[in-house]
Amino acid sequence: MLRAALLAGLLALPAAAQTPRIKSASEFLSPDLKALQADETANPGMLWVDDGARLWRETAPDGKSCASCHGDATESMKGAAARYPQVGAEGRLLNLELRINECRTQRQIAPAFAYESEPLLALTTYVARQSLGMPMAVKTDDSAATFYKRGEAFFHRRQGQLNLSCAQCHDGVAGSRLRADVISNGAINAYPAYRLEWQTLGSLHRRLRACSLGVRATQFNHGSDEYLSLELYLAKRSQDLRIESPGVRK
Amino acid sequence: MALAVARVSMPATAKKGDIIEIKALMRHVMEPGYRSDNRGQIIPRDIVKSLSVMYAGAEVFRMEMHPAIAANPYVVFSTVAVDTGELVFTWTDEKGATTVEKKPLMVTA
Amino acid sequence: MDFTRRELIAGCSALAIAAVLPSVAHAITTPEERETAIREATRGATVTPGRVTLGIPQVAENGLSVFTTVTVESPMTEADHVRAIHLISEKNPLPRVASFHLGPRAGRAKVSTNIRLANSQRVLAIAEMSDGTFWSDEKSVIVSIGACIDGG
Repeated sequence: MLRAALLAGLLALPAAAQTPRIKSASEFLSPDLKALQADETANPGMLWVDDGARLWRETAPDGKSCASCHGDATESMKGAAARYPQVGAEGRLLNLELRINECRTQRQIAPAFAYESEPLLALTTYVARQSLGMPMAVKTDDSAATFYKRGEAFFHRRQGQLNLSCAQCHDGVAGSRLRADVISNGAINAYPAYRLEWQTLGSLHRRLRACSLGVRATQFNHGSDEYLSLELYLAKRSQDLRIESPGVRK
Repeated sequence: MALAVARVSMPATAKKGDIIEIKALMRHVMEPGYRSDNRGQIIPRDIVKSLSVMYAGAEVFRMEMHPAIAANPYVVFSTVAVDTGELVFTWTDEKGATTVEKKPLMVTA
Repeated sequence: MDFTRRELIAGCSALAIAAVLPSVAHAITTPEERETAIREATRGATVTPGRVTLGIPQVAENGLSVFTTVTVESPMTEADHVRAIHLISEKNPLPRVASFHLGPRAGRAKVSTNIRLANSQRVLAIAEMSDGTFWSDEKSVIVSIGACIDGG
């Protein structure tokens, strides 16, 4: 049965031009964890949202804060996260983290935040939170098309010691159990997320690195072209799923 | 940069005699002292030892924690609304460092 | 190449990359240590099953955070109330999990928190009453293991 499903999935891949209907990973969580995510006081990720709110108003050395240009984030950042990753002015694909750092370095004239640093996690989570409940909606045409195709190819390419592609699990056998875990569709509508495994909040690229290691494939760096293109593809896959950031995940 | 350290939620007002539910979340790694890092060195134990809540002249709740409390310790408990005043939440770690959060409660007759 | 479920599971778990992972190596509470912890909490008094309800999932999705609630039947008056609630583990490295100190001003004897369980085990909740008696409830929890060792 499993063989047939996998085979069907594999055969369908080359022709896959449309995004399959996928579910948010929350749908695979236990009622307790779902409740934990939904409760604003219990969800540990909210601590980073609080940090982000504070940082938003903190002035950089040259005197500007995020608020100086963007005002009240609860207004100005509504829907922003839903449109990332997106292509920036210089033709570079930017995710939320890279955009924040672009503002930092070019407009605030301050040093960029390191990937996975507390301030970057906090700001990314805070901005993503402002799109809570909004559907993911990235552009994959025009200047984004090349990146999207690269991400799509990555998702369907067999990699690593186990010779597995993302699609084989996350399309092929999503919903099945791997030990006690249920294989999700790999949707990314809840990042940055508080992962129990990490006992802290982390970025999508951290999670992607964990995925790569989990299947014994090459891990790429945070902000690498590979993961950025993949992020765009995954965001398109997650189209119409509501943003839940910060999610609670295992 | 000061990190957000706690989130407390409880009603802002209550009638005298009402039992109010309080939820308190504190940011802390709760390192149990059993994990080792990539080089095989044990990561030292670092946990919050207790949460004490003072209200209207007395300690109305105290929780003693051990390493088995999950990271970013979370607790739900209740207290009776007796008088308008402040609830003071004090988390103390094993080195004696404290984190304090205050929440006002307006109590109507 | 077809994949059976067995191959997927074997593949994910078989390849040890211990050098890269933070590892956990710890003792497990012995029955004697657990008994000592119970005796310390109760000062040697008898513990009677009853009046306490330990709410904890039968199967914990992840041992790193298990939502736990303890409720005790009590009027919570000055004359008759719950003084304290203790949580005791059977197979964690240490037997004590938490102690909650209440009193008549709590209004209700109900507390919740997230605990860590190192493996499948019994969890014991003990309540100390103002009249000096001790009551308990115990539940078995299966702690499931995640699918892939992914180094976080």
